[in-house]
Amino acid sequence: MIGNLIVVLFDGFAFGMLLFVLSVGLSVTLGLMNFTNLAHCAFGMLGGYCVVVAMRSLDMPFLLALPLAFIIAALVSVAFERTIFRRLYRAGELNQVLLTIGLVFVAAASFAYFFGTGQQPIVLPDYLQGSVEIGTLRFGAYRIFLVVMALLIAGLLVVGLEHTRFGARIRAAVDNQRVAQGLGLDVDSIFAVTFALGSGLAGLGGALAIEIVGLDPSFGFHYLVYVLIVVAVGGLGSIGGSFVAAALLGIFDVTGKFFVPDIGAFLIYLFMVVLLFVRPLGLFGKR
Amino acid sequence: MRTERAISGPAATWLKKRNRISTVEIAFWLTTLLPFVLFPSYLSLASQIAIAALFALSVDLVLGYAGIITLGHAMFFGLGAYAAAVLAKHGWGEPLTGLLAAALIAGVAGFVTSFIIVRVQHLALIMITLGLGLLTYELANSFSSITGGTDGLSVEIWPVLGIFDFDLWGYTAYGYALAALFIGVLAARRIVNSSFGLALTGIRENSARMPAIGSVYRVHLQKIYVISASMAGVAGALLAETTGTVSLDTLSFQRSADVVVMLILGGTGRLYGGIIGAIIFLVARDRLSDLNPQYWYFWIGLLLMAIVLVMPGGVLGGLARLFQRNAK
Repeated sequence: MIGNLIVVLFDGFAFGMLLFVLSVGLSVTLGLMNFTNLAHCAFGMLGGYCVVVAMRSLDMPFLLALPLAFIIAALVSVAFERTIFRRLYRAGELNQVLLTIGLVFVAAASFAYFFGTGQQPIVLPDYLQGSVEIGTLRFGAYRIFLVVMALLIAGLLVVGLEHTRFGARIRAAVDNQRVAQGLGLDVDSIFAVTFALGSGLAGLGGALAIEIVGLDPSFGFHYLVYVLIVVAVGGLGSIGGSFVAAALLGIFDVTGKFFVPDIGAFLIYLFMVVLLFVRPLGLFGKR
Repeated sequence: MRTERAISGPAATWLKKRNRISTVEIAFWLTTLLPFVLFPSYLSLASQIAIAALFALSVDLVLGYAGIITLGHAMFFGLGAYAAAVLAKHGWGEPLTGLLAAALIAGVAGFVTSFIIVRVQHLALIMITLGLGLLTYELANSFSSITGGTDGLSVEIWPVLGIFDFDLWGYTAYGYALAALFIGVLAARRIVNSSFGLALTGIRENSARMPAIGSVYRVHLQKIYVISASMAGVAGALLAETTGTVSLDTLSFQRSADVVVMLILGGTGRLYGGIIGAIIFLVARDRLSDLNPQYWYFWIGLLLMAIVLVMPGGVLGGLARLFQRNAK
């Protein structure tokens, strides 16, 4: 029983780490520009389909296809940001929500047109299949890989934000955009780069998600709710907040569905509503 | 305690002028009668449109006038639908009292949640409305002994006023839904053209300044939220009664999103925006029903993006600007 619990908790944590990779970019860009980008998961879906195409048609190995997903999602997102999104930075939430939800609709329909509505499975390399035995417990190899990847990304992000010049600029712009602009920071291009990085991470998350939750054209919608919960609960612009919120959500989701399948989803929404009521800025939000 | 005073002077005259019924409106309501004679085979579609329009109108009151962005209004629509259906299932299929029960239950739910809604803003507000909607859906799914779960309920509804039976062609259904929509519009019209309605617009435009001039803005928001919730509940009950069935789909996120799309399409904060939007949305979906629903959403998505980028204010907003330009 205890062993069972540990494995379920670990699975939940791995799912949480997947959510972290998917959502951390949105948290930072929302904190930076207050742009409510509901199309974030659509870029994740784009990353997922990139990996599918790269592995099936181009015979690329999985580990090489992952960076490709990152790069393509980043490039496509920055193209959208420069041409469409930037017009709406001062247009109010409703317009931002509508535009980006429209984009999710279009993306879902386009992927359905080109790839069909079915699931898109991929074949993982041998070393990521099967499970690893530690004592009497069996952990999925892919889930361990996922956790290591997410911890690596979290580490890189923290180092990048806290200890580099560019990170200092991002933090300054998140804290107070107007003062940062007044000091001569080019907030506009900082945002473009951050947006590209954030969407790239979403693309990577979408690629990593194929093996865990599958990939179909409704991905951009289905996981949007999870990502928004992570961002809202963790607090805008907070990497640590996103990490904690994603880990909690993943663990609650998987254990809830395992032990109380009837009301698991209900408990998560209830938890979110209560938490946002008590702390509208999320666990670690500053403003 | 607040005392009600009769307002007089230029402000009252101005409000009265706004409240006057225009010839365009009369012409519009006369055209809504046309389906009875011209397209009798489309009456069930017409009643769907009237119901969707009433739902969109209820969302317009909170979103268009009071500025509360909601992605979970299907919660009240579904509650109303289930209230009427459960009542009918337990042997009381009288439609008008069904509507009242739906309005009451949805209103109570609106009152309870309004305490949360008025205390949060921005992303937290969007997430809480979304979360409450999803929560209600899951709740209805769990209590399948009452709601019928994924199978839904199918119920027997008595004739309206004891005379008009719900027929196969939808004459009664459309007449009934249209009458409800008409009363809903009259009520909403009275609300938005009152000093209370103006206070709501003020809150939408600047929520920091309204308290500064002494407006009890949270109470105002709570009031309009409850009114809107009841109206959405009535719309839901209409759907349940005219179709004789209710399913979980009345509570789904899809329904919350669709109604916002309709409202945006027609134009927010204009009373008739939701109606026009519902007509365009549902007629287009009916015409394009051969298409796979996946592709139908491609066009809806494109339309949404186009409206935000080129035609803020929707169809009615665009028309209004066109007329203003010509008048100059």
